[in-house]
Amino acid sequence: MLKINQEKITEEIKKELMGICPFGAFIEGNNGLEISAACKMCKLCVKKGPAGIVEYLEEVKETVNKDEWKGITVYVDHLDGKIHPVTYELIGKAKKLAKITNHPVYALFIGKNITDKAKELLCYGVDEVFVYDFKELEYFVIEPYTNAFEDFIQKIKPSSILVGATNMGRSLAPRIAARFRTGLTADCTVLEMRENTDLVQIRPAFGGNIMAQIVTTNNRPQFCTVRYKVFDAPEKIARASGNITKMELDNNKLVSNIKVLGITKKEVELDISEADVIIAAGRGVKSEKDMAMISELAELLGARTACTRPLIETGWFDSRLQIGLSGRTVKPKLIITIGISGAVQFAAGMQNSDVIIAINNDPNAPIFNIAHYGIIGDLYEIIPGLISKIKLGDSLVKAVV
Amino acid sequence: MNTIVCIKQVPGTTSVEVDPGTGVLKREGIEAKMNPYDLFALETALQIKEVKGGAITSITMGPPQAGEIIYESFYMGVDEGYVLTDRKFAGADVVATSYTLSQGIRKISNYDLIICGKQTTDGDTAQVGPEVAEFLGIPHVANVGKILNIGKDSITVQMNMEETLEIQSIKLPCLITVEKDIYTPRLPSYKKKIQTKDKKQLNYLSIKDFTDSNEQNYGLNGSPTQVERIFPPEVSKEKIMLEGTSEDLSEKIFSLLVEKKFM
Repeated sequence: MLKINQEKITEEIKKELMGICPFGAFIEGNNGLEISAACKMCKLCVKKGPAGIVEYLEEVKETVNKDEWKGITVYVDHLDGKIHPVTYELIGKAKKLAKITNHPVYALFIGKNITDKAKELLCYGVDEVFVYDFKELEYFVIEPYTNAFEDFIQKIKPSSILVGATNMGRSLAPRIAARFRTGLTADCTVLEMRENTDLVQIRPAFGGNIMAQIVTTNNRPQFCTVRYKVFDAPEKIARASGNITKMELDNNKLVSNIKVLGITKKEVELDISEADVIIAAGRGVKSEKDMAMISELAELLGARTACTRPLIETGWFDSRLQIGLSGRTVKPKLIITIGISGAVQFAAGMQNSDVIIAINNDPNAPIFNIAHYGIIGDLYEIIPGLISKIKLGDSLVKAVV
Repeated sequence: MNTIVCIKQVPGTTSVEVDPGTGVLKREGIEAKMNPYDLFALETALQIKEVKGGAITSITMGPPQAGEIIYESFYMGVDEGYVLTDRKFAGADVVATSYTLSQGIRKISNYDLIICGKQTTDGDTAQVGPEVAEFLGIPHVANVGKILNIGKDSITVQMNMEETLEIQSIKLPCLITVEKDIYTPRLPSYKKKIQTKDKKQLNYLSIKDFTDSNEQNYGLNGSPTQVERIFPPEVSKEKIMLEGTSEDLSEKIFSLLVEKKFM
């Protein structure tokens, strides 16, 4: 906890501390300066404040025996046995992390009629797939899925668990983390392993304006979720050597207060998270009719169009085409941003793209901090120029052929 | 149908920066406001109340000034409000926050449905809703895009998944987290503000009001995760800036696209 040495507090120090705290947690109380519930324990007041005023007192806690918890588990995200690719990306990461601690890599597969599909996971280098295959697990309903997950943790005792930050993962992971009263870090962008099996998790916070490094040092298992396309999927291996283990589960663990009444497929063509090439428009695009030129460029490049949040608010785009923290995360091979200043909320949703070309007339736009190629200029001249060059190039090629 | 809505006060803007030199957050002009996603949760509760009657209670955890957003919820039409505030709540992560909220909700006790927003704009985790449901031992459905039917013992909702829309019927009591745009949130009403002023009282709860008053379960003590450090996001290393006439720039992009095999 934090201790304030009240006797050393002066008006000046009070002001300084209030200025340092990013959360406004210092308040004037009956007993002098107090720390309110707004405190996030970032300890900036200890590190950056005047020396000896605020102290951090480490409290001794009962410690978990980390040797009892072994293995890195990837939760298999799937729909009717069709495995979501984020699963393979997490397996790739789990294998790298497991090398450091010499732990096995497990996959946890929960569903109905999925046992034969577990082999696919072994091709990516999983040591053991644990399968809960029951008819009651046909649909994702929270209680039986949590119960199966709990059963797995109690029997296998994995040290770390990686879950894809899909809608399913973001609903299931917190439920199971709460059951074990353990740490869960959402939307990690970097994962590293310490030799003592602590998983170092880095994630954007405050809308991506700051990065936070988070650890769960005294609880096991340690959970994190990771969005699709943050990590790279591993190559398939020629000879899979892992095992598939069928798990039992008591009938009373399979009951639910939720009934699934129907499932319909969503129209998929609006999903930009799978696109290889994206043309994204931002506030620099002045009117809706200018979208014709953006669409034409996208068509010529076989790209999908997307946008920033302000353009969703204008109503020019379907909200599913928004890139950013409150929209989609994309990782295309190429993204061309047009008239986008690059607020961190947007950047957080696309900064892992392979090639970023940014066109903006403001040389100080933050988009240029993350762009690989920054083009300073007027989009209303550059885009039409580019379009005619592509068309000319095409016709030249056709003429030669 | 009695509903509890969990809401949170967040910084008015997320455009804060870390000074790379000192590691201190620059916080000029950070005003507090209600988490925008919570407005959709409140509106959902108000829509349900219009059809089914009952009372709506809003609840938040935070410093005493978080009471401001409870008042804001009153002006939208909420009947009662609770602020969970205690110095011992400081430094709470998702688990400790969810547990605290669940203790507050147990204290309020009389509810059929709990509604949370999709996520907050400061933490962005979207985890508190499901964790609260777990601590209360009730079922939950996240990403609810539509309320289809409200029965006596159950509620039917449409859940948004990546590729599918699922219709689920959940027994009450339960917790749902709602998508933005499920309904258009109403503005706080001036009339309600006048009516409410001085009449409605905030209820403050602290650890001593809870069934579980063990301090080890709250705030930093009850938080399994620790933030080791915060730092500004990285900027990309490979960077080429191009300037010149628009004609030149078009040509350069064109060559680049050819070179990188995008054409």
